[in-house]
Amino acid sequence: MIIAEQKPLEEIREMLGDAKKVMVLGCGACVTICFAGGSKEVGILSSQLRIAAKKDGKELEVIEDTIERQCENEFFESVKDKMKEADVVLSIACGVGVQTIAELFPDILVLPGLNTTSFGRPKEPGVFAEYCGGCGDCILDLTGGICPIARCSKSLLNGPCGGSENGMCEVDPKTIQCAWHLIFEKLEKMGRLDQIEKINPPKDWSNSMSGGVRNIVREDLLEVKLES
Amino acid sequence: MKSNSNLEKVFASGQLAVTGELGPPKGTNIKVIEEKAKHLKGMVDAVNLTDNQTAIVRLSSIASAKILLDIGLEPVMQMVCRDRNRLAMQSDLFGAVALGVRNMLCLSGDHQVFGNHPQAKNVYDIDSVQMINMLKTMRDEGKLLSGDEIDGEFKMFIGAAENPFGDPFASRVPRLAKKIAAGVDFIQTQCIYDMERFKKWMEGARARGLHEKCFIMAGVTPLKSAGMANYMNNKVSGISIPEDIIKRMKGVPKEQQAEEGIKIMVEQIDELRKVEGIKGIHLMAIEWEHRVPELVERAGLLPRPKFD
Amino acid sequence: MAERADLMSTVPDPDPLMEKEPVPGFEPLIVTIACHYCSYAAADLAGSMRLQYPHNIRIIRTPCTGKVDVLYILKAFEEGADGVYVAGCEEGGCHFDIGNLYAKQRIYYAKKLIQQVGLEPERVEMFNIAASAGPRFAEVAALMTERVKRLGPSPINIKRI
Ligand code: SF4
Ligand code: SF4
Repeated sequence: MIIAEQKPLEEIREMLGDAKKVMVLGCGACVTICFAGGSKEVGILSSQLRIAAKKDGKELEVIEDTIERQCENEFFESVKDKMKEADVVLSIACGVGVQTIAELFPDILVLPGLNTTSFGRPKEPGVFAEYCGGCGDCILDLTGGICPIARCSKSLLNGPCGGSENGMCEVDPKTIQCAWHLIFEKLEKMGRLDQIEKINPPKDWSNSMSGGVRNIVREDLLEVKLES
Repeated sequence: MKSNSNLEKVFASGQLAVTGELGPPKGTNIKVIEEKAKHLKGMVDAVNLTDNQTAIVRLSSIASAKILLDIGLEPVMQMVCRDRNRLAMQSDLFGAVALGVRNMLCLSGDHQVFGNHPQAKNVYDIDSVQMINMLKTMRDEGKLLSGDEIDGEFKMFIGAAENPFGDPFASRVPRLAKKIAAGVDFIQTQCIYDMERFKKWMEGARARGLHEKCFIMAGVTPLKSAGMANYMNNKVSGISIPEDIIKRMKGVPKEQQAEEGIKIMVEQIDELRKVEGIKGIHLMAIEWEHRVPELVERAGLLPRPKFD
Repeated sequence: MAERADLMSTVPDPDPLMEKEPVPGFEPLIVTIACHYCSYAAADLAGSMRLQYPHNIRIIRTPCTGKVDVLYILKAFEEGADGVYVAGCEEGGCHFDIGNLYAKQRIYYAKKLIQQVGLEPERVEMFNIAASAGPRFAEVAALMTERVKRLGPSPINIKRI
């Protein structure tokens, strides 16, 4: 899933400026799971915005809604009229949701309420960890199912570096586990330590963000149109 | 000869090699390099030039290397994977070779969060093992990573660092083997204080004959004070200083701690050069370049060999 | 005036807030979210013991303080409350084991949320009160009222004073 977190309230309020009618729009998918942009967070953020406005003696109407997914056109059907009524739509979906609105509704001002950070999973309650960097050329087969691209702070393909200590990464020994420590242990457990001595060659980054925009086109799924 | 560098010649002659280290200035003041170099001349066989060490912007290692060459000192040019992609690396390597650099040290590099531009986007296009292999291909096959031919000669003595004190310990000998397989000619280790762990690592290396497949140089750094010992032990990742050394440093008055640090270093060097498979000493006298003559003298590392 | 006594709560001890003077003439409106199994029962007990406690509090019953959402707290402030406190079982005595511990975590979060919008974090607290502790319920109500009197009216309804 996509992991995101809310922007600082301060920044959101600054973005909103003098808007009188704001729609806070949540998304029922990934950002609900990571407690950043689901219907509950819509409620909390809206309430905060109202209290802050009242405190400052400003006029502000906040409309709340959450749709199933903000990344697909269909789900906007039920809210599009409400969206048009607002001065601003504050989307608390991931960056894809925000852009979907920007694309579908050219006349609506949409602003991002979240910072989208990574692909990951809820590892334990309250901990949302990064797992994949979307590199476009998965090498998990070489690394015991642990991704060194996303989970090694230096994206090393032949780690661990000298900064690995007690299983933790030098970049933040409190929160970041050293991916290569994990890989080493995993391969050891599986009796595949020979793998660790194989030199992983330079990665082909052309399928990653470095290779330009990655749009996938599936001919078999394209919309069929009757020729008149 | 792979490179004809002075360092390679020392190794080839079977003598114990000695390298020093020099941190370029945080600016354009090349007098800093000249001043530091003055103390190192004739005292070491080659001098490492750090590449934006600890992710702090400094005069480039390539330019520093050239300045050193002009002074008549042999550089070991460091290059980190943090700041350059494969294009920039190879082009800078051409430049280095063209300017006369013959020794390289391939490093991953400290993460930028530790430096003065933590907001930077890092590169890590290839890692240090891949860099070693790239250099070997450039030298031995005259080819770029892409397979394209290199126009001109490419001579280089390829080095890398290794940290026997990083975790997991069991991964450290395999990692050395990996660097050797990638084509490394010499290794400089992280500074050694924990002799026991170092010896264990060397034992593992010897058991696989790795000590004969590359020249291993033991890294040493004299402790200037008990405070520095404490700091390095707690704050610098990948360095552990045993309790008895810290105690020994603390056990003498402040004014004598530097002297005690040097004594410890001399003892360490004596012990290290007896370890089978150690072919050199890499002396990292951090901001203590002016004391290097005294350090190498007391450690019995003089005179340095000369070749025509 | 009520003493802080040995109440288990998120209120610091000593409580710097109590060094201030109460805002004259201010009668706060305080929402009490009480757990059915303990504090709510304690409130009942306080009633049948004919103990006096301030009329400033409005009690809402929850099946467990673990049910308390930060949104409830924000809503209370949005609607004009001057203070909100959650009263759960004593730690270790939760009917659902750890509902009150979750509540406490959320109280700290709620403090952050209201601080972001410019309200004092001291307007939200958590207390632990056993079912048998009628007098303690009255004490807590008095204590929270005194504290909020010192904070003054919530900045979103200044006009009320
Ligand atoms: S190797 Fe690439 S695709 Fe696979 S998990 Fe890592 S970043 Fe994702
Ligand atoms: S310590 Fe581990 S995770 Fe961190 S950069 Fe080094 S190898 Fe990667």
